[in-house]
Amino acid sequence: MSREKMIKTLVDADTLRSELRDNSVRVIDVRRKEDYQRDHIPTAVNLPLADLLSDDSPERVLKMAQNMGIDDETSVVVYDDTFGALASRVAWTLQYLGHSDVSLLDMTYSSWKSTGLETDSKDVSFGAKTHSMKIRPEILATVDYLEKVKSDKNVVILDNRERLNYLEQHIPGAINIPYRTLASDEKILRPKDELKRILKNRGLSEDAEIITYCGSVGTLSGLGFYALKTTDFPNVRLYVRSFKEWKGLNKPIVKQENANYWDLSAE
Amino acid sequence: MNLSSTIVRRHKDAKMPKINWARSEESENFAKTVKLFRQGKIDQDLFRRFRLQHGAYGTRMTDDYAMVRIKIPAGEIYPHQMEKLATLSEAFSIGSAHVSTRQNVQLHWVILEDVSEIMRGLAEVGLTSREACGNSVRNVMCSPLAGTCGEEQFDATPYAMATAKFLLRNPMNQSLPRKFKFNFTCCENHGMVRMTDVGLIPQIKTVDGQEQRGFKIFLGGGLGNKSFVGHQLEDFTPEEDLLYTSIATIRIFDRLGDRKNMARNRMRYLVDQLGWEQFRNLVLKERAIVRATQSVIVKLSVDTTPQKIEPPIRVSGFDGKSVPDGFSRWKKNNTYKQKQDNYYSATITLEAGDITASQLRALAEVTRDYSAEGTARTGFVQDVVIRWVSESDLVHVYSKLLEVGLANPGSLTMAHPVGCSGTTSCNLALTNSHRLAKEIQRKFLELKLDDDDDLRDSTIKISGCPNSCGQHEIATVGFFGGGGRIGKDMYPVYQMSIGGRSDGQTALGVNVMRIPAKRVIPAVLKLIEMFKADKRQGDSLKSWIHKIVTGHSDSQIKSVDDIKKILLPFTQVPSIDSDKDFYADYGSDSHYHTRTGKGECAA
Repeated sequence: MSREKMIKTLVDADTLRSELRDNSVRVIDVRRKEDYQRDHIPTAVNLPLADLLSDDSPERVLKMAQNMGIDDETSVVVYDDTFGALASRVAWTLQYLGHSDVSLLDMTYSSWKSTGLETDSKDVSFGAKTHSMKIRPEILATVDYLEKVKSDKNVVILDNRERLNYLEQHIPGAINIPYRTLASDEKILRPKDELKRILKNRGLSEDAEIITYCGSVGTLSGLGFYALKTTDFPNVRLYVRSFKEWKGLNKPIVKQENANYWDLSAE
Repeated sequence: MNLSSTIVRRHKDAKMPKINWARSEESENFAKTVKLFRQGKIDQDLFRRFRLQHGAYGTRMTDDYAMVRIKIPAGEIYPHQMEKLATLSEAFSIGSAHVSTRQNVQLHWVILEDVSEIMRGLAEVGLTSREACGNSVRNVMCSPLAGTCGEEQFDATPYAMATAKFLLRNPMNQSLPRKFKFNFTCCENHGMVRMTDVGLIPQIKTVDGQEQRGFKIFLGGGLGNKSFVGHQLEDFTPEEDLLYTSIATIRIFDRLGDRKNMARNRMRYLVDQLGWEQFRNLVLKERAIVRATQSVIVKLSVDTTPQKIEPPIRVSGFDGKSVPDGFSRWKKNNTYKQKQDNYYSATITLEAGDITASQLRALAEVTRDYSAEGTARTGFVQDVVIRWVSESDLVHVYSKLLEVGLANPGSLTMAHPVGCSGTTSCNLALTNSHRLAKEIQRKFLELKLDDDDDLRDSTIKISGCPNSCGQHEIATVGFFGGGGRIGKDMYPVYQMSIGGRSDGQTALGVNVMRIPAKRVIPAVLKLIEMFKADKRQGDSLKSWIHKIVTGHSDSQIKSVDDIKKILLPFTQVPSIDSDKDFYADYGSDSHYHTRTGKGECAA
């Protein structure tokens, strides 16, 4: 079994705490700088998502990773306080440039804290390390790729936005599993057997290739990506530029017609 | 606003439901059946009946989605159940839930393949959607004020619960000719006993110096394409006959009801066709048979253990420093004084019954913290009632509601219209009645009409088609939707009726005229203006209209025709070039067309 197969997509608090004690993990906090400065998981480094998104070219991200003291062998755990969506986007980016040992903390920072687990307010930094670049195109979907596979029956396009947004407009042929479906009350993702059941009910098969997308930058769909990964779907891609790009390029859009569903919302 | 928190939070699971309405195996069975249906192994009609029996209703213009209707028997809902509904609405619906006029909670735009997951979640908190649709006994209603109403003779809630429990999944009523509805109330004024198949008002009769509990029972009423007012079965039905009467009535309907003509097969048509006297005799005879032949163990399990009332634990009193703005207006128009000293019931105004997931969670918290009974009730007008709030806590409740956008005033007034789901999700709808109800509410609140005592006891109810889900026929001012046409262009329009009521003098509204959708609000305001100018001392809008429609007007406006004349300008149809908006329904900017699919009120 290759090393990658043994890496878990999710780590729980106990595992992370023992890795922290062994000093065998690099923890990345993707919240805003001011939140991080108030307190964070001990030894975590801060990489605000907005900072990453300002230029997420592999070259820049590689440099950022190296500056956080991450080399090819470093075990990385990412967390956020936004139900795992922002952490997913950062984790995916690291995976995309070839870092294999990256996982998500299975709870948000708020639940970590309210559980009474240790926090720290010290800003930390680590000596720069060297990391190689091995881009993994097989986990990325671009608009060209979507065009290429749109009539491939084995490809499922999965929209992780909320139901009303999906009804209003979506990529032709896409099915909808809102990101809220993926979480449980305590964890950023439901237990594997529950997720499996829900995905099976919706007719998703492990043989299919699944492309997740959401509104703009691939956060909600990043969570979708990892939901599928933890459920042992081998072929998953993230359409990282998502619906914003699709729409901006005037690609075809499908709408649920002749119903005023928005007026049912109490928002 | 700086209210100090004075409440010690009670334990999260302090109050658990006495009745578990769920059967956990039903969700898996549903998931399996959906799969068989998708594989073409179950025929469409059979599947539709199965789906409806499990509470999943079709959705406008699509087979991919369902509306899941969750029964809340007698409206009694626990905080953890509200929280579960919040989670389910986010995971599988649109992030909002809808409180119906029959005390159900509905989740719309649910993918058919996800319905089983909702059922699974409901079972975790003891709720069910079973028999919430289809040809079954629907949610058993009970006045949300039962047990607290000053006019009631006793609390009907345990009887409603027992009836619901007896009939749910009962083989006797799994395949009725059509749906069947029970409404319990507290008193004449707070219920709708004459507008349902079986309506019941609690009564106490003194026999030989002994007080005996029983009911006034009304049969064969109902709203719909053709509406009927129910008939009183007998002077007094003692409580031990409640079950026998229910069984007898259901049996007669099951045996004689029309199974062919779906448009004419509610029990009220059977009563109409046989004539009340004959129908009544059949029921009474059947009841004698039921009474003689039922085993002694077949009885209602009425739980009359006194309700636990535990006032929240107080650490320090309210400091009285900062009462939020609008509190007195809200208290006046959103609360009932209970028959129990010092306690109030607070009604929560929702816009056409819609509530977000986070608002549901907030309501759960308010219920836990401030209701001494620890539960809430869904109401009859797309609302939620939090009862047993001590008077001094009302201000805390108000400020909590204010924080989450649930403190809209006027829930007990005309400023709280009912609107069915209309074109937001219903296959039969012709207009967006749902949005119109919201627009009227916003306008009324903007004009502070909720605070106008003359309008207080009036109602506005709107249906998106001639079927009466919005209950327009029992409204002081009612509307049902349709399409108007000029040349090749269509525009949304509403038939307006006035003078409907559902109290002791129950009457159906009298048709006035067709008003274009975009003129409904000005027409209602004009009607109010007319009333203000014409009314006599002591008249409310309701009593003024009542006099007009019954031919007893004692002022200038004598008849519905007089009203018509004044409202006539609102029926003018502008050209499409001069007023494009006129030709679009609320919630839509495109040109109006009527589009309907197949209804599923009859399975």
